[in-house]
Amino acid sequence: MEHYRLSHLDTLEAESIHIMREVAAEFQQPVLLFSGGKDSLVMLRIAEKAFRPAKFPFPVMHIDTGHNFPEVLKFRDDLIESMGEQLIVRTVEDAIKMGIAVETADGNVSRNRLQSPTLLAAIEEFKFDAAFGGGRRDEEKARAKERIFSFRDDFGQWDPKNQRPELWNIYNGRIFEGENIRVFPISNWTELDVWQYIEREKMEIPSIYFAHEREVFFRDDQWLSTGEYLVPGDNERVQKKMVRFRTIGDMVCTGAIESTCSSVAEIITEIAAFRVSERGGRADDRFSETAMEDRKKEGYF
Amino acid sequence: MNLIHDSEDNKGRSELLRFSTCGSVDDGKSTLIGRLLYDSKTLFEDQLDALERSQTLSGDQKVNLANLTDGLRAEREQGITIDVAYRYLATPKRKFIIADTPGHIQYTRNMVTGASTANLAVILIDARKGIIEQSRRHSFIASLLGIPHLVLCVNKMDLMDFKKEVFDFICDDFEKFSTRLNIKDISYIPMSALEGDNIVDLSERMPWYKGPAFLSFLENLHIVNDQNFSDPRFPVQWVIRPRSDEFHDFRAFSGKMACGVFKVGDDIISLPSGKRSRIKEILNLDQSLDLAFTPMSVAIRLEDEIDVSRGDVLVHPDHIPYVSNEIQAMICWMHETPLISGKKYFLKHLNQTSKAIIKEVVFRTDINDLTENYDAPSLGLNEIGKVKIKTQAKLVFDNYSRCRSTGSFILIDEATHATVASGMICEPVNEMPMPQYDGYVI
Ligand SMILES: Nc1nc2c(ncn2[C@@H]2O[C@H](COP(=O)(O)OP(=O)(O)OP(=O)(O)O)[C@@H](O)[C@H]2O)c(=O)[nH]1
Ligand SMILES: [Mg+2]
Repeated sequence: MEHYRLSHLDTLEAESIHIMREVAAEFQQPVLLFSGGKDSLVMLRIAEKAFRPAKFPFPVMHIDTGHNFPEVLKFRDDLIESMGEQLIVRTVEDAIKMGIAVETADGNVSRNRLQSPTLLAAIEEFKFDAAFGGGRRDEEKARAKERIFSFRDDFGQWDPKNQRPELWNIYNGRIFEGENIRVFPISNWTELDVWQYIEREKMEIPSIYFAHEREVFFRDDQWLSTGEYLVPGDNERVQKKMVRFRTIGDMVCTGAIESTCSSVAEIITEIAAFRVSERGGRADDRFSETAMEDRKKEGYF
Repeated sequence: MNLIHDSEDNKGRSELLRFSTCGSVDDGKSTLIGRLLYDSKTLFEDQLDALERSQTLSGDQKVNLANLTDGLRAEREQGITIDVAYRYLATPKRKFIIADTPGHIQYTRNMVTGASTANLAVILIDARKGIIEQSRRHSFIASLLGIPHLVLCVNKMDLMDFKKEVFDFICDDFEKFSTRLNIKDISYIPMSALEGDNIVDLSERMPWYKGPAFLSFLENLHIVNDQNFSDPRFPVQWVIRPRSDEFHDFRAFSGKMACGVFKVGDDIISLPSGKRSRIKEILNLDQSLDLAFTPMSVAIRLEDEIDVSRGDVLVHPDHIPYVSNEIQAMICWMHETPLISGKKYFLKHLNQTSKAIIKEVVFRTDINDLTENYDAPSLGLNEIGKVKIKTQAKLVFDNYSRCRSTGSFILIDEATHATVASGMICEPVNEMPMPQYDGYVI
């Protein structure tokens, strides 16, 4: 008998494509949540593989905290336009004005939390019944527990103790009005898989993933970018450094790492040798032992 | 597409092995996975810090390796696993997707979730207790799920002075039980997950054991023969129709190869309609491929404009599956509300959801001795048995043992939308002659 073997990246890709098509076929109003980061870029690539030469059967939506890197926003707009897809942007700023989200006094870490009500309001506004997210199980211990089709109730909440069984690749996407499903097509990818895929597919990524000179200061064990939204304290010395970002999130809480990587191949070598996890640099996760689980219960991605 | 040849490298071309842990509560499943990640030096410093922090908080004597996978608050509070945790490990030889599943009987459905996609079942046994009911239940579920390889890990050998007799006794016991299972390849490893014996390195405390340590076992398990490459099955998932000027007449059927191999030029029959055509092109985005094999996701274009839509299955005329709306299947009931004969459920199979009625419970399997009880009126939570089901739509299927994808389904409650059962098809209700599709030739 003949034998055929599929490499692990192709196996992961095939699984992700299958998930996307399943959602397109079974839901009325899906949406792809896009942050401009590498994971959502991989999702877009998977969507191309799933639906081209046709257009995506869903729009792309960005929940903008208002503290995003300008380079990333520009990249987002150019990319979605060149792909000919529809982009929806909903901002935490507007949600605050409308009273949907309430900013707390400390201003910093909390903006990230405000993404949840903003997202829930957008889901309500467009009557989305399924939302693709770029979450990966290797990122964080609560994500490691989440199903690929993750059921959310009327209030957008995740109930980790009562998840639907999910067998083989048969997904139960049945919901009642008002409920929705968060779908994580790249659940089983690791950070390294993502970078290897970006390299193999020769994908464009935002410039801030590569080493560049930036004004930064040291806070909470990480290098933060100075700027409009983040003002260094009196004893925090601003320095110019060669840095890059390992993840892209809110400017206020996403730390840069010192690096000289100027290509994806160099990044792959660099992260293979890393001793700190990807989210190790994000203040929003270090809040408490179960920070992610708590945010997810509230409707976070 | 990268087809793997013999060499391995770190460019995304290595092979993937999926395994899941099984066994009774507290046998050390999560500890084993924690130890494996810890000793293979794949943990990050911040994860180690977090581990140590949680130790100080709870006042434990040693770091609790199970906390590496027991990520939910409730799990840490109770010291048990409630739901599957997925972890990833890459060595120069292979990539692993690890599903650490709960041992507690109440959470059997989560164990089934984790085990359903595994190539290997890792069954943990507490050396002090030997084979107990839950070990048998999980082994039986692994066998039902068609997991081709099983390794019995006799754990906590440190509490039994690393005695060979203890290991031998448990292995003998399991061997007797396993003759009734459907798993061809069974291995045995004595270990202490807590202290790291035979996990990454061979233990000096068990010189009598001549086999490989757990990690080396995982890296060298032979898995290439596990898949069915002889019966091509392509369930159509989504029809790609751009309707643009550039691709005016373009129509492709997209999906994931459930079994077998299709090559450009192959004859196909679309079931259940019976319409025939031939494969014109196989596509992965703009790449034209010569062939597609399981588990690839591709888009297929046909020579003729035949009517094919989601739910239909493209097969080869020489390898016809069953087509019927009455099936017999082994099911694992996964909901608190027991099965009700005569009640309507949704049955999701391949890319189709159909209404279905459970006509009859044929038997319920007794987990302890695997005997069949033919008087069982129903199945309750975590019970396993054989049922007859009638569906509204025709199903295109194979025996589960022949093809996992075309032989599996789930049942969904109509009123609550809960997933209430998982099913593995044995055969059609009446062993019927192969359908004749020649009459349908167009
Ligand atoms: N002495 C000894 N204790 C062990 C060993 N492996 C695990 N344990 C202990 O057994 C207890 C249960 O371990 P877990 O890893 O949580 O068990 P589990 O099988 O994952 O349990 P569930 O997931 O809840 O079914 C813990 O206190 C471990 O420290 C071992 O090899 N030797
Ligand atoms: Mg456990």
